[in-house]
Amino acid sequence: MSRPDATGAVGTVANDEALAAAFAGEPAFVPYLAVGDPDYESSLAYVEALARGGADVIELGLPFSEPIAEGPTIQGAIVRALEAGMTPERFFAFVEDLDVDVPLVCMTYYNLIYQYGRHSAPDGEDGDTEYEAAAGDEDAEYEAAAGEGGPRAFVERAAEAGLSGFVVPDLPAEEAGPLREACDEFGLDLIFIVAPTTRGERLDRMRELVSGYVYVQARLGTTGARTDVSDRTEESLARVADWEVPKAVGFGIADGEQAERIVAAGADGIIVGSALVDIVAEGVENGDDADVVADRIEAKARELKAGARRGRE
Amino acid sequence: MTDATHTDDENAESDGRFGRYGGQYVPEALMPALEELEDAYGRYVLENEDGFLEEFHRRLDDFGGRPTPLQRADRLSERYDTEVYLKREDLLHGGAHKLNNALGQVLLAKYMGKDRIIAETGAGQHGTATAMAAAHLGMPCTIYMGERDINRQRPNVFRMKINGAEVQPVTTGRGTLKEAISETMRDWAATVEDTHYVIGSVVGPHPFPSMVREFQAVISREARAQVQEKTGRLPDAVLACAGGGSNTMGSFEAFIGDDDVDLYAVEAGGSSLSVDEEAGVAPNSATLSTGGEGVLHGARTKLLQDHHGQIMESHSVSAGLDYAGVGPELAALADEGRVTAANVDDDAALEAFHRLSTDEGIIPALETAHAFGYLKQRQDELGDLVVVTVSGRGDKDLETVIEETEKREIGNAPDMSLFSGGLR
Ligand SMILES: Cc1ncc(COP(=O)(O)O)c(C=O)c1O
Repeated sequence: MSRPDATGAVGTVANDEALAAAFAGEPAFVPYLAVGDPDYESSLAYVEALARGGADVIELGLPFSEPIAEGPTIQGAIVRALEAGMTPERFFAFVEDLDVDVPLVCMTYYNLIYQYGRHSAPDGEDGDTEYEAAAGDEDAEYEAAAGEGGPRAFVERAAEAGLSGFVVPDLPAEEAGPLREACDEFGLDLIFIVAPTTRGERLDRMRELVSGYVYVQARLGTTGARTDVSDRTEESLARVADWEVPKAVGFGIADGEQAERIVAAGADGIIVGSALVDIVAEGVENGDDADVVADRIEAKARELKAGARRGRE
Repeated sequence: MTDATHTDDENAESDGRFGRYGGQYVPEALMPALEELEDAYGRYVLENEDGFLEEFHRRLDDFGGRPTPLQRADRLSERYDTEVYLKREDLLHGGAHKLNNALGQVLLAKYMGKDRIIAETGAGQHGTATAMAAAHLGMPCTIYMGERDINRQRPNVFRMKINGAEVQPVTTGRGTLKEAISETMRDWAATVEDTHYVIGSVVGPHPFPSMVREFQAVISREARAQVQEKTGRLPDAVLACAGGGSNTMGSFEAFIGDDDVDLYAVEAGGSSLSVDEEAGVAPNSATLSTGGEGVLHGARTKLLQDHHGQIMESHSVSAGLDYAGVGPELAALADEGRVTAANVDDDAALEAFHRLSTDEGIIPALETAHAFGYLKQRQDELGDLVVVTVSGRGDKDLETVIEETEKREIGNAPDMSLFSGGLR
C-alpha cells in the first residue's frame, strides 16, 4: 500500500502517477462538468475545451438521479444529461472517446458504483462491455460476484477506461472500505471531501484513507457559484495543512480573483464546477452552438487558471 | 443472516446496521451532526438523561392525547368473521402516528441546543406533526414538500402554515417525497450546525432508523398491553401500512419477539407492479416486494431503481406511501421472514377507504386504507384476532378521494357526482 499510514508516515500519496504529477508543478486547476450535459457530443467538446483552457485534472460527473450534495446549477446539468440518455456504460465510453491529456477523476454517488457489477451483461442497448466480476472471495460486497452489488466491477471498468480516481460525495470514510480496497487493487485514487465541520478523529480517519488529493470544502451547503470567498476556507486548509496529499479547495469558486485568493491562502489547487456548468446552462437556454459555448468554457478556464497562478506569485 | 436484529438490539443501536442494510451514506459535512445526534439519542432517549423520557411521555399524553384507544371494529369483525381491533393513531393530535416521532425529535433537538427545525413531508402528516411540535416547543420550522404533494394534500399545507411553519415547495423530479427528502438534506448540509433535521420515517442514515422506530414503538407497546387486557391473548396478526416504514416499525416493535404474531407490512401496489425502465417509472411503491438493494438517502436498503442504479419515480394514490425506498430495518425483517411484505393497489385502497368510512364511521387516511385493503383480501388467512393500525385520519385526502373515486368503478363508494370538480 502506497498511502500514508495512520501515523502519517509518507509513501507516495497517489496510486495514479499522472494525478500526483498534476499537482507537482504550479497550482492545479481542477474543473468539473457533468458528462452528457446537454448531450454526448457537446459534452465531449466542453471537456476538451477545459483541457485547452489549462485544466490540470478534470472531474467528470457521472449523473445520479438523487444528487443530494448538489445545488440547483449542477442538479440542472444532471437532469439534462440523464434526459439525454447518459448511463454508466456511456460514461465509460465517453472517457475513452475523450481526446485530452490530463488525469480524469469520476465524481458520482455510491449507488451507481455499487450497482455496476450486479448486471454482468447489460441487457442490450448499452451493453457493449460485458463485465465478468470475479466471484468466490469471502467479501461479497467487495468482490461483487455477478448479481451482487459492490464497487469492484465499477472500479475495474474505470481503470480500463483510463480514469485516475473517484470523488463520491455520499460516501464518508466509515463506508468507504470496499471502494478503497478496489482502488488499491486497480491503482486508482480515492479523494475525500473534508468539510468545514470535519474535526478530530474524523480527520484522522480520512487522512488514513485518502489518496490523490484532498477536496477541501470551502463552505457549508451544496455546490453552487458564489461571489465571495468563505472565511472558513483558511480554517479548513489549516486543519489539513500537514497532510501529505495535495489540497484542492472547491465549493463556490466562480472567478479568477477568488481562485487567486484561495491559492494565496495555501491551496495546492482549485476545484470549479457550477461556474462552468452555468456557461453550459446559458448556452442551452439561448440555443447557442456547441463550439461557441466551448469557446466560452475555454476562456473561463483560462481566467481561473490564470487566477490560480497569480495566487502563487 | 443478520448480525444485528432485535435479539441483538445493542448492536443495531451502536453501528446502525440491520443485516446488510443501514449505515451512513451522507456527505461528510453531515457526519459530525450524525455523530452528535447518535450521542444525544443514546444519552437522552436510551439512557433517559435529564429526565428526557418523562418529559417526552408527559407531552405525548397531554399535548398528543396518548394513549390512543384499541377499539374493536364491530362491523368489520362481523363482515370478515375475525376479531378485528383498531389501534387508533388517527386520534393522536394532528391526525396520524407521525406526532410520536415529530414530538420526540423536536424535543431532542431542544435538549441538544439546536435552534431551528427542518423536515420533509409527503402526505403532509409528518410536516403537520413537525409544525405542531415545533410551535408547541417554540422552535422555528421549515418544511419541504414536493409540488405534486402540495397539490394533492392541500389541507395539510394550510395546517402547517397556520402553525407558523414555512412551507418550501420542491419542484425537482416528480415533486414527491423522494425529492422532498433530497432537498431537506441539502438545506441541512448548509445549516447543520444549528439546525436539526426531523426525518419523518425510519429511513435515512443511522441513527434515524433506530431513533424513529424507538419513538414510534409506543404504538405497539400500548397495543400489546391493550389487546391482552381486552381479549386475554396476543393477536394472530398485526397489519400496518408501510411507506418509509415508521408506522409498521412502531406497530410491530413490541410484537417482534412474539413468534406467533404474524406481522404484515402493506405497501402501495399503485396501478401496477410492473416497471417502465425506459421512462424510469415504477407505477407503485412496493419497495419491499419488488425493490433491489442499493443506497439512497443515507442508507443501504431496498429501493426502486433501474438496472444502472438510478432511482425510479414511484407512484401511489396516497402521497404518504409514494416513496422509492423503505427503512433498512424493515427491509432486513422482511428478508428474514419475520415481517411479511404485502401490497394493495390504488383501487383496493379506495374501496377499503369507503368501507371503513361507511362500516365503522372512521374516515382513514389513504395510506391507512391499504392495510384494510389487505385485511379484506386475506381475511381467511390472518387468524382469529387481528390488530390493524389506523395510522391516520383521511380529512387531508377528501379532495383526492372524490377525484380518484370518480375516475374508477369503486362498487361501495357513495355517489360522488355531487362534488364534481372537487371541494374548491
Ligand atoms: C397516515 C399515514 N400512514 C402511513 C404513512 C406512511 O409512512 P410510514 O411508513 O413512515 O409510516 C404516512 C406518511 O405520510 C401517513 O401519513
